[in-house]
Amino acid sequence: MTLVKHELRQGKTSFWIWTACVGFLLSVCIFLFPEMKGQMEDIGDLFASMGSFAEAFGMDRLNFGTLVGFYAVECGNILGLGGAFFASLCAVGMLSKEEKDRTSEFLLAHPVSRVRIITEKLVAVFLQITAMNLVVYALSVCSIAAIGEEIPWKEISLMHLAYYLLQIELAGICFGVSAFLNKGSAGVGLGIAVTAYFLNLIANVADVANFLKYVTPFGYCEGADIVANGKIDGAMVAVGIFLCLFGIAAAYIKYARKDIR
Amino acid sequence: MQAIKINQLTKFYGKSRGISRLDLSVEKGEFFGFIGPNGAGKSTTIRTLLGLISPTSGSAEIFGKDIVREKQSVLRHIGYLPSEAIFYPGMRVKDILKLSADLRKKDCSREAKELCERLQLDISRRADDLSFGNRKKVAIVCALQSDPDLLILDEPTGGLDPLMQREFFAILKERNQKGTTVFFSSHVLSEVQRNCTRAAIIRDGKIIACDSVEVLAQTSAKRVTIHGKAEIEGLDGIRDIKYAEESFSFLYSGDMNRLLRTLSLGRIDDLTVTEPDLEEVFLHYYEKEDDRV
Repeated sequence: MTLVKHELRQGKTSFWIWTACVGFLLSVCIFLFPEMKGQMEDIGDLFASMGSFAEAFGMDRLNFGTLVGFYAVECGNILGLGGAFFASLCAVGMLSKEEKDRTSEFLLAHPVSRVRIITEKLVAVFLQITAMNLVVYALSVCSIAAIGEEIPWKEISLMHLAYYLLQIELAGICFGVSAFLNKGSAGVGLGIAVTAYFLNLIANVADVANFLKYVTPFGYCEGADIVANGKIDGAMVAVGIFLCLFGIAAAYIKYARKDIR
Repeated sequence: MQAIKINQLTKFYGKSRGISRLDLSVEKGEFFGFIGPNGAGKSTTIRTLLGLISPTSGSAEIFGKDIVREKQSVLRHIGYLPSEAIFYPGMRVKDILKLSADLRKKDCSREAKELCERLQLDISRRADDLSFGNRKKVAIVCALQSDPDLLILDEPTGGLDPLMQREFFAILKERNQKGTTVFFSSHVLSEVQRNCTRAAIIRDGKIIACDSVEVLAQTSAKRVTIHGKAEIEGLDGIRDIKYAEESFSFLYSGDMNRLLRTLSLGRIDDLTVTEPDLEEVFLHYYEKEDDRV
C-alpha cells in the first residue's frame, strides 16, 4: 500500500480544500433554510411559473417549503457539481500526472508492476472520494440538527449515496481517460463533469432527450425523483456502474502496455 | 554470466527510428561505457531495458531474465539513475529516499545515511528547493541505496561539481569491485576513458563499435604535434589540424616515412607522436565512411 499512502499524501491539500469548500457551502445553505422557509410558498409559485428553467433543475416537482425539497435542489447542486469536479480532477490526473510532471521514470524504474500501480492509484482515488463524502455527509447531518429540523435520514442518505455513486462513476471514466493522456488533464476532467451536468439539464427540459438520463450520472441523482420514489433508479445506476467499470478496464488495458515518454 | 544481453533490439516511435537491430552484451561485473551524442539511441536503449517502453522487435535479457516477460523481477536487480532528477512536488529528501526503498520493499536506511554523508546531502530539505546538482545526488542515493546488482546510469554527472564527481566515481568503483555491474551512458568521453573497461559507441540507433576502451582508442591514426615550421600541405591522411601559439597538431593516418621526409625539409624544434584520445576516436567513428581516417 506504499503508493496508496503516497497518493493520499500528494492529494492531501487538494482533498481538504475541496472538502472544506463543499462542506462549508452545504452548511451555509442549510443554515439559510430557517430564514427562507417562510418565503418558500411564494418562491414555489414563482418556480412553477418558470417553465423549462424550473424543470431543468427539478424545481417544479419539489416543495421548497420542506427541508427535503430545499436540500434536494440547493444542496444537491453544490454536492453534485462540487463532488463531480473533485472526483473528475482527482481521477483524471492520477495516471497522466506521472508523465506530465516527468516523475514516471522515477516510479516505473522501481520493481512495481504497472497493474499494482494502477490498482493502488485507483484505491487512492476511491478513498479520497469516500472520505470527502463521509465528511460532507456528517457536516450536513450536523448542520440540519443544529438548525433544529428533524433529520430526514432516508432522503438525505439516498441523495448522498446517489452523489457518491455519481462521483465514483465519473472517477472511473476519468481514470480511464487519464491512462491515455500524457499532458495537462484538468481541462478534460472538468469538461467531462460539466458535460455530464448539462446533459442532465437537457434531459430534464426536452422529453426527446430523456434517454440522456441513462448516459449521465446526474440522471440518477435527481432529487425530485429520489424524494418521490424513495429510491435511486437501479437501471440508471447499472448503466453508470458499467461505464465506470469500462473506464477502469480501459485504464488497465492501456496503461499496462503504454510507452512512457 | 552476462548482466545485459541485447539481441536485435529495435524500437520505432511510429515511423521515426529509436534503435535498430541493436546487439550488445555486458558481462557481469563490468564497468561498461555507452557512448553517443543526443538522439543516437542511448536513452531509448536504456528505457527499453527498464520496461518504460516496449521493443518493436528483438529481445533483451538482464541476468538471464527477459525484460518484457519478467520485468518486475528484472527491475529488482537494477538501480537506475536518470539523466534528469525529477521528484514529486513538496517531498523532503528523506521521504523520497524512504518512498524509493518502500517501493523495493527494503530497509535501505543505513546505506542511504552513508551515501548521503559521502555526497554531503541534507535529507531534511525539500527536493523542490534543491539545486540541479543536489537533486542529482538524491537520484544517485535512490539508485545506489538498495545495493543493486546492476547500475544503469544515464548521463550521471551532469550538475555535479568536480569534487562530487570524484566522490561519485569513487563510490561506483567500490561497488564495481564488490561485483556490481555498471552500465554507464555518457557523451563525456574522458569519464568513459577514465572509468570504463569496455565501451560501445552508438550511432543512428546502431552499435558501430564495441570493444575495450584501449582498443577503441587505438586507430591507425596518431596525433602528431610539431613545434616549429613545416609544410604539410599535399600530404595524404591529414585531418583535424589544430593551431596553437608555437605549435600545431594533426591526426595522421598516412605513410609515416613520407611524413618524416616532409618534416625533415622544415625546421622542427620538437615533435611528439601520441595515440589519439577517446574524444578523437569518437569523432572518428562519427565521420562518414569515406571521410574516415
